Amino acid sequence: MSSEGMDGPKLGFSFDLYSRNDMLTKKGLKPPGYLKTGTTIVGLIFKDGVILGADTRATAGPIVADKNCEKIHYMAPNIYCCGAGTAADTEAVTDNISSQLKLHRYHTGRESRVVTALTLLKSHLFRYQGHVSAALVLGGVDVTGPHLHTIYPHGSTDTLPFATMGSGSLAAMAIFESEYREGLTRDEGVNLVTKAICSGIFNDLGSGSNVDICVIEKGKKEYLRNHLTPNPRTYISSKGYAFSKKTEVLLTKITPLKELVDVVQVGGDAMEE
Amino acid sequence: MTKEHANWSPYDNNGGTCVAIAGADYCVIAADTRMSTGYSILTRDYSKISKLADKSFMASSGFQADVKALQKVLSSRHLIYQHQHNKQMSCPAMAQLLSNTLYYKRFFPYYAFNVLGGLDSEGKGCVFTYDAVGSYERVGYSAQGSGATLITPFLDNQLKSPSPLLLPAKDAVTPLSEAEAVDLVKTCFSSATERDIYTGDSVEIIILNANGVRRETEQLRKD
Repeated sequence: MSSEGMDGPKLGFSFDLYSRNDMLTKKGLKPPGYLKTGTTIVGLIFKDGVILGADTRATAGPIVADKNCEKIHYMAPNIYCCGAGTAADTEAVTDNISSQLKLHRYHTGRESRVVTALTLLKSHLFRYQGHVSAALVLGGVDVTGPHLHTIYPHGSTDTLPFATMGSGSLAAMAIFESEYREGLTRDEGVNLVTKAICSGIFNDLGSGSNVDICVIEKGKKEYLRNHLTPNPRTYISSKGYAFSKKTEVLLTKITPLKELVDVVQVGGDAMEE
Repeated sequence: MTKEHANWSPYDNNGGTCVAIAGADYCVIAADTRMSTGYSILTRDYSKISKLADKSFMASSGFQADVKALQKVLSSRHLIYQHQHNKQMSCPAMAQLLSNTLYYKRFFPYYAFNVLGGLDSEGKGCVFTYDAVGSYERVGYSAQGSGATLITPFLDNQLKSPSPLLLPAKDAVTPLSEAEAVDLVKTCFSSATERDIYTGDSVEIIILNANGVRRETEQLRKD
């Protein structure tokens, strides 16, 4: 029983509140879109820079495909990007723009700026009209100061002091909206980000396993891979398990091929006509 | 002509996994306690196991509203049986009753995936496994629910289930001891929890033997 936006012709009796929906559309309200799947990613701006956070679960439907994947991608020495949505898309788009940024650094002789990464990413995503399913939280510190942006699959962007994306975004945003304030210290920021990601890990089924953090400040960055591992394996049998090395043979039947094929010797060279 | 599709469904899937293993003189029935809907958790502490008779326990995953309705119908029918026959229903009798109850709603099924475990009239462990409309079979062990596809191959490997294709038909009861079976069940659930998002929180294990009923709980990952 999932609720979805406009998806094809409405068949069967429609229980919609037509007049209300019409009124809302006239006032400019868009119908709700599709929830992003399986991730909690966050970012926040603190006193000296930006902190990014992510969970480490990758899902393929209801199955956990990777229990400890990396969702915080390198863009430049001073810029990192968290990715939610289709894993191949987030990986490809961040790698691609990261290469472009490097070439740009060589060309200009300067440190990359966050707005540059932002423009390159949003142009790419817009060009693909939302088919590249990547929802990103981009953060970094450059000469202009600390920056944090969210980028949506269709190419729109927001500039925010704190942001969350992915299926666990509501759980994480609940934490941020309750406890965020301007001018947090590094430790306060890390704790808040950890709390927000944990909220996603424990309350959203699409997110789980560990907390990854990346702290970016002017001139330095710290990539805290598996900063918190609150989900160890619960039960490990003390006696262990034995698995037979071979696959069980149920039936053996050998048919010598000579019985099936008649080998006839033709006179002369076999290759000649 | 494309068929018209309803934009409302009476069913929901609350997730979860159930397992049962039959032994020579015991039966283990287990189910995780997580109840979910979509990507959200409704509660971490919901029992999917219900006692149908002294020697019959049913674990059901699927749509819990239908499961609850099914449990009520079965316990009510059992009460009537007790009034009429002056005794508890045996596990194989309960198994048939469950099958008939499910098939009764063949054209608007109970969205329930059941595993019935208990002791038969000889005191041997018995496990019956069902589909949503009542097709059932007595087996040595079974798993149902979202983690079933992860657990069944492991149980097949460890319990070396005789293939129904091999004749003569071999006994469907596990050679494991009770403690080994419980250890196996805990391993099954902790492993399924690692890879199935709908399984987790904790597992409720019921052990049935000649001395009575015992209940154990084991914590699982809560993410």
